[in-house]
Amino acid sequence: MASIKSVNECVIRFANTNGTGSASANSMFAKAIFRMGIPVSPANIFPSNIQGMSTWYDVRVSAKDYMARREGSPDIVVAMNAQSMADDVRNVRPGGFLFYDSSRQIDPALMRQDITFLGMPISEICLREYQAPNLRQLFKNVIYVGALAALLDIDFSVLKGLVADQFKGKEKLVAPNVHALELGYQYATTHFSCPLSIRLEATDKVGSRILIDGNTATGLGAVYGGATVVGWYPITPSTSVVENFEKYCKRLRIDPASGKNNFAIMQAEDELSAIGIAIGAGWNGARSFTATSGPGISLMSEFLGLAYFAEVPMVLVNVQRAGPSTGMPTRTQQSDVMTCAYASHGDTKQVLLFPSSPAECFNMSAQAFDLAEQLQTPIILMSDLDLGMNDQLSDALTWDDKQSYDRGKVLNEQQLDEVEQFGRYLDVDGDGICYRTYPGTHPDKGIFFTRGTSRDEFAIYTEKGDEYVKNMQRLERKFETAVNYLPQPILHPANSGSRTGVIYYGMSDVAITETFDLLAEQGHYIDGMCIKSFPFGQPVQDFIDAHDQVFVIDQNREGQMRKLLIMELEQNPAKLVKVTHYDGMPITATFISQFILQNIIATPVKRNTKRTGS
Amino acid sequence: MSFLKSKFHHPRLARNELGLTHRDYEGSLSTLCAGCGHDAVGAALVQAVFELSIPAHKIAKLSGIGCSSKAPTYFLNQSHGFNTVHGRMPSVATGAGMANRSLKYIGMSGDGDTASIGLGQFAHVVRRRLDMTYIVANNGVYGLTKGQMAATAERGSTTKKGNKVLWPDIDLATMALELGATFVARSFSGDKEQMVPLLKAAICHEGFAFIDIISPCVTFNNHATSTRSYDYVREHVQEGLIADFVPVASDITTSYGEGESNDICLHDGSIIRLHKGSNGFDARDRQSSLGAIHKHRENGEILTGLLYCDPTYRDMHDILNTTETPLNSLNEKELCPGAHTLNGINNGFR
Ligand SMILES: Cc1ncc(C[n+]2csc(CCOP(=O)(O)OP(=O)(O)O)c2C)c(N)n1
Ligand code: SF4
Ligand SMILES: [Mg+2]
Repeated sequence: MASIKSVNECVIRFANTNGTGSASANSMFAKAIFRMGIPVSPANIFPSNIQGMSTWYDVRVSAKDYMARREGSPDIVVAMNAQSMADDVRNVRPGGFLFYDSSRQIDPALMRQDITFLGMPISEICLREYQAPNLRQLFKNVIYVGALAALLDIDFSVLKGLVADQFKGKEKLVAPNVHALELGYQYATTHFSCPLSIRLEATDKVGSRILIDGNTATGLGAVYGGATVVGWYPITPSTSVVENFEKYCKRLRIDPASGKNNFAIMQAEDELSAIGIAIGAGWNGARSFTATSGPGISLMSEFLGLAYFAEVPMVLVNVQRAGPSTGMPTRTQQSDVMTCAYASHGDTKQVLLFPSSPAECFNMSAQAFDLAEQLQTPIILMSDLDLGMNDQLSDALTWDDKQSYDRGKVLNEQQLDEVEQFGRYLDVDGDGICYRTYPGTHPDKGIFFTRGTSRDEFAIYTEKGDEYVKNMQRLERKFETAVNYLPQPILHPANSGSRTGVIYYGMSDVAITETFDLLAEQGHYIDGMCIKSFPFGQPVQDFIDAHDQVFVIDQNREGQMRKLLIMELEQNPAKLVKVTHYDGMPITATFISQFILQNIIATPVKRNTKRTGS
Repeated sequence: MSFLKSKFHHPRLARNELGLTHRDYEGSLSTLCAGCGHDAVGAALVQAVFELSIPAHKIAKLSGIGCSSKAPTYFLNQSHGFNTVHGRMPSVATGAGMANRSLKYIGMSGDGDTASIGLGQFAHVVRRRLDMTYIVANNGVYGLTKGQMAATAERGSTTKKGNKVLWPDIDLATMALELGATFVARSFSGDKEQMVPLLKAAICHEGFAFIDIISPCVTFNNHATSTRSYDYVREHVQEGLIADFVPVASDITTSYGEGESNDICLHDGSIIRLHKGSNGFDARDRQSSLGAIHKHRENGEILTGLLYCDPTYRDMHDILNTTETPLNSLNEKELCPGAHTLNGINNGFR
């Protein structure tokens, strides 16, 4: 049996039971690789359960910067969960390694000849070393990280540094953790031939990037974007958006003089109330948001129509998960695209933003507050579970201190004194965006009644058909204007005059470089475009026009983005080929490239073209 | 900033402390049915705000959906208004209140809007102690959808079409009391004398003030077998505590003998002066109020007047420890931590 040989290219899977404290040890392992300068991408695969069920933590290491999930089996499995042992053994890639706790004998029926078993009596060691049962459990995790350090050649000082960082302020805990790491490290060096044929080597491929999850970045973006009012209701995978917003507000938004909060957060009774709070605050001139996932989106639908029609700014973060209904609440999908694009009854339309990385979560979250007030409509940030809850290797977050908030067309008292005639829905500038006022601005000018019923340009209730149509047409005009404000798609041209294009969005972007490389190996050089917002602008139309065949990648069953493109841009469906992946796990480059290879019309060419674009 | 208006007024029209007349507080011409109780509630509100000399633009009026929720268009034209969606006014009012603590908020709702579709939101806005005045114009029926029974209609009464109400009713005042409202009153749209001082006190009360106003629907619920008709209500009303509202810094001229009156002093310095009536109970004691409501109910009577007031509470912003400056007026300097801080945050993720 030949073992897999690789340096800085592998997948390691940790099989644990949830509620056993493995998460922090596992993330320490990933962080160590990151600190060695090697691109790394960890992902939690967890159940909708608090304690006692199987969880996995997959760490992909790739010096080539392939950060999407890798198709197929892991090279190394750290099997710490008796419950899932059979599956875990079966899942190791031939030539790979299974690291397990040999305190208990493995069922002989599970033994395989094509992988290497690395047994370490972790429980016995813990029994000997620790008195308290909870410590025995906790340090098991740290011990296997120590052993892996020896097996994979992880710099031990990096691990020590991480322990020191983790327990800053609780220095007492540093020594026992380092000791546990050493126990593992020493055992591995004396009992196995270290390092394995799969190993790591410090490099400089990470640069100034950071390891952060999308929800943290989104929450921070809301702090930087000036959000002050939040209404929310807990739901996986969106909860940590608000939790992070609150955490950073408590650090950065307490008025130093009074000790009082420059923010207000309300955990509401449900999502209807959560979005109602955001709308009330937006109407009253504060920057406000709510965060939710699929079931919450369904509940918020009526209110989204009100905000669209009454033109109230607010931001909605949708961290998508697998539907329909409660679906697979801890699995990822991009299945709310349609629902959100047209959320609510009647002729409604919503503005969507599609981030593909934590840095984009941060930027778009902050920008969403400008957009909401510029366009006077809800802005929906379409994140997903994979992006939101897993650490991603991301560009560092940046902020330009010279920029200022754009509060949109709002008249103050002085301006109101100067205007001859105020009409809340008068399209003075011809761009479909009208002037609004905050309640309490002026004693007798600029006062109006906001409603979800039809009204004329002066906000007076009307059921006159022509007034209604005029208003609906203006709203349409507003959405044409909106396109000019929205982030534009990012092009990844193949520099080859390719007749084939591929359109993708959100987390599919992470798999795209690898996809292009796999396709190039087969002689296919295709152009890529990552959509960043809805409604679509001219560049999207141009991209489709410039190609004979366009693949559209969706992480949902319906091919929702493809349908949206067909409908909105009146495209010939035959030209747009549906590529869908929706089993709840993030899409892979292997999946995309195989699908494209099977369906591409263009014939392969032989040549060496360098791609540009980022 | 000046609140004075340059409009010409008839010299005989009374002016308030801001130099404004009653007319400055009126709304658009009502489109409700002639004789609808909701218009009388609106008229009482106009008078209350006028007499309190509150600049109308410092009030925001919010409502849900229904005839009662349409009513805000017909009062306080100089106040911003928001007609939200059915049953969800409490959440929008919460967001509005969170955004700007310096305005007064008046919520206008119906029994369908509050006791049915919006019961959850109602319960939670009470819990939250939002500083607002929440009025339910309670007619025991769905007016706008033409006469279906409401959850406040009493079991055994019949709708205009002759359908018996099968289910027990929800008493919103009791609910508000149970959930911790710090001001609870009940009134009748046919009794302006009672409504005006109660509304004034509710508006001055800093905290959640709830008023259930029986407000008959002349079109769908004013028939003989209704328990929310003008005639029935008039016959069955029992005024418990008679309340006067004494505004801040006014000379207290009337004097009462020992045991005849009882003052509740509000945060802003105004006073609710209670005269002991024959149905006296202690409006500062939640249990006593609840007991009185139940007792009258058992006797087939509707207890009106001030039911409960506790001026020694903390409101939502106190509990949240929100800054005094309205959140909607904070700027980048106060809100954005800047690039330098962000670099430090980045380092924490390396
Ligand atoms: C979601 C939703 N469901 C139903 C309706 C229809 N609807 C409008 S008003 C109303 C009842 C209003 O009753 P109430 O609040 O008592 O007001 P009233 O007209 O009696 O003053 C209903 C059911 C609606 N507007 N929205
Ligand atoms: S239907 Fe009833 S509630 Fe509606 S306006 Fe007429 S009287 Fe008032
Ligand atoms: Mg009603």
